[in-house]
Amino acid sequence: MLTLISRRMMLVIPNLIGVVIITFLLTRALPGDPAAYFAGPAADKQAIEQIRVKLGLDKPLIVQFGRYVADLGHLNLGNSLTTGQPVLTEIKNRLPASAELTLFGLILSMSIAVPLGILAAVKQGSWIDHTCRVVATAGVSLPVFFTGLLLVYVFYFLLGWSPAPLGRLDVFFSPPPQITGFYLVDSLLNRDLSTFRAALSQLLLPGLTLCIFSLAPITRMTRASMLAVLASDFVRTASASGLDSRTVILTYAFRNAMLPVVTTLGMVFSFLLGANVLVEKVFAWPGIGSYAVEALIASDFAPVQGFVLAMAILYVLLNLIIDVLYGIIDPRVRLET
Amino acid sequence: MTDISLSPHGAAAAKAQSNSIFRHARYVVAENPVTGAAFGLFILIALCALIGPYVVPYDPLASDTSATLASPSFKHWFGTDQLGRDIFSRVIVATRLDFTIAISSVMLVFAMGGFAGIAAGFFGGWTDRIVGRISDTIMAFPLFVLAMGIVAALGNTVTNIVLATAIVNFPLYVRVARAEANVRRDAGFVQAARLSGNGDFRILLMHILPNIMPIMMVQISLTMGYAILNAAGLSFIGLGVRPPTPEWGIMVAEGAGNIISGEWWIALFPGAALMIAVFCFNLLGDGLRDLVDPQRRT
Repeated sequence: MLTLISRRMMLVIPNLIGVVIITFLLTRALPGDPAAYFAGPAADKQAIEQIRVKLGLDKPLIVQFGRYVADLGHLNLGNSLTTGQPVLTEIKNRLPASAELTLFGLILSMSIAVPLGILAAVKQGSWIDHTCRVVATAGVSLPVFFTGLLLVYVFYFLLGWSPAPLGRLDVFFSPPPQITGFYLVDSLLNRDLSTFRAALSQLLLPGLTLCIFSLAPITRMTRASMLAVLASDFVRTASASGLDSRTVILTYAFRNAMLPVVTTLGMVFSFLLGANVLVEKVFAWPGIGSYAVEALIASDFAPVQGFVLAMAILYVLLNLIIDVLYGIIDPRVRLET
Repeated sequence: MTDISLSPHGAAAAKAQSNSIFRHARYVVAENPVTGAAFGLFILIALCALIGPYVVPYDPLASDTSATLASPSFKHWFGTDQLGRDIFSRVIVATRLDFTIAISSVMLVFAMGGFAGIAAGFFGGWTDRIVGRISDTIMAFPLFVLAMGIVAALGNTVTNIVLATAIVNFPLYVRVARAEANVRRDAGFVQAARLSGNGDFRILLMHILPNIMPIMMVQISLTMGYAILNAAGLSFIGLGVRPPTPEWGIMVAEGAGNIISGEWWIALFPGAALMIAVFCFNLLGDGLRDLVDPQRRT
């Protein structure tokens, strides 16, 4: 197991190097003069020149890259132009909000998509199967920001069931003392049920939006891999040996079918992290996505760059975790290494 | 499909082949009427893009202070927005811009990714390693986030939205083109072409490319939907298209604030148009895939 992890870690390194190079290139080597950009529209030639020297932009590209990597090594992502705050602290403060939302959406989606996919595969050609196909195609076609707005209209404006889509917690509540940064977990740890309920009611709609969005790939994959497993020899043997269909499906087929599903989670996360930005904007969610969007609109580049870098590193790490998880679920992967 | 014109068959053989393709197409459509419906929808969307701006009842940019926030009626089918602009006209006119963005980015990535992928699959070795590393690096980012970063860095224009959408789709095209070219690199027709004195690049472009065209077409129509979503998502967060230009993503963003006060039509209609367009392309892509490669049906 340890060899598997360490070997997989080695593969992360070139990926991270690529990520750092790209985020560097995004600021420096591309058209437009970053010095003029950082100096602002009112700056004259001399001021731009000063900033160029200050930022080290007069040096060769490779030296600039070295400086950039050294800054990263000191965990320095620069300061935001609009707030003056270091980008790293801001991202660290806002990350739990985004993580809570994404994980909640993913868990919700898994708990619907996996049973649906299994049912569709077991009862192939039935109405469940057709529903599953429609849900899968409709799910990928729905723009995530549009789903969010529809849910707000129906559940906030028409039915009045959910609170106004403004952030993580109603203004009447104060956030629970920070332990994990996840409001749901923190409020439970403090045995504060009313805060828990308030946080949950705020989280429900954005979580549901992300859930609808990620339903499609997980359902599709579960159905496809379940179909493949159900057609295999060992499932036939199991049912021929007289095991009841429940045991065959849940213990024999399901465990094997989950492997490809775990692998698709990597792709699902890629979509989810992107969709997160849009959902955060719709629900005024104080996560890193809305931080980046605010900075984008203000043409404040350092937070955007920090955001892209943070997301990429997070995504690389998530893929690492998924691969390790794969090794835990499937002993064959461990034996091969 | 494309290889008919290039293959040295006689006219009769070519006709027989095209007949059988036609029959196969009819069979697939009959099997799955949804594909036929999606094709009809596609024609409708293309018509909107082509002649939409000339037939809409109102000027999409003209505001009318006497009719702001009017709900859908006979006069304004989809209602009007905060400035009294007719939403029906805006939705129809926006088709052209959204369509252009999606098509140009898909064409761009087809040219870049398709060529890089074929070269990687055909030559192998260093070409393969470099192309593979580039697409791995792109895949290391969550795609929408990378697109945001690219547009933010390159500048906030429609051209850069096209470019960013193309770049994030690059790995998908590379993967398909590489796999297909790799299978064919030692095929009989490639060896024959080489023996008759064709150079590598000529073989790539004239012999391998036409053969993987059908699979690439499927890829194009499958990623069209994603390209539209990506572009609309970027303009939703305020990148690329500037108001007052009619574009679906930005129109949804303009109507977002009115949702909580109950004016649903401002965001609903452009959002629905976006959804229908993407749905249509996804169905079309699935149908095309069944036509070209029946084994990959899910």
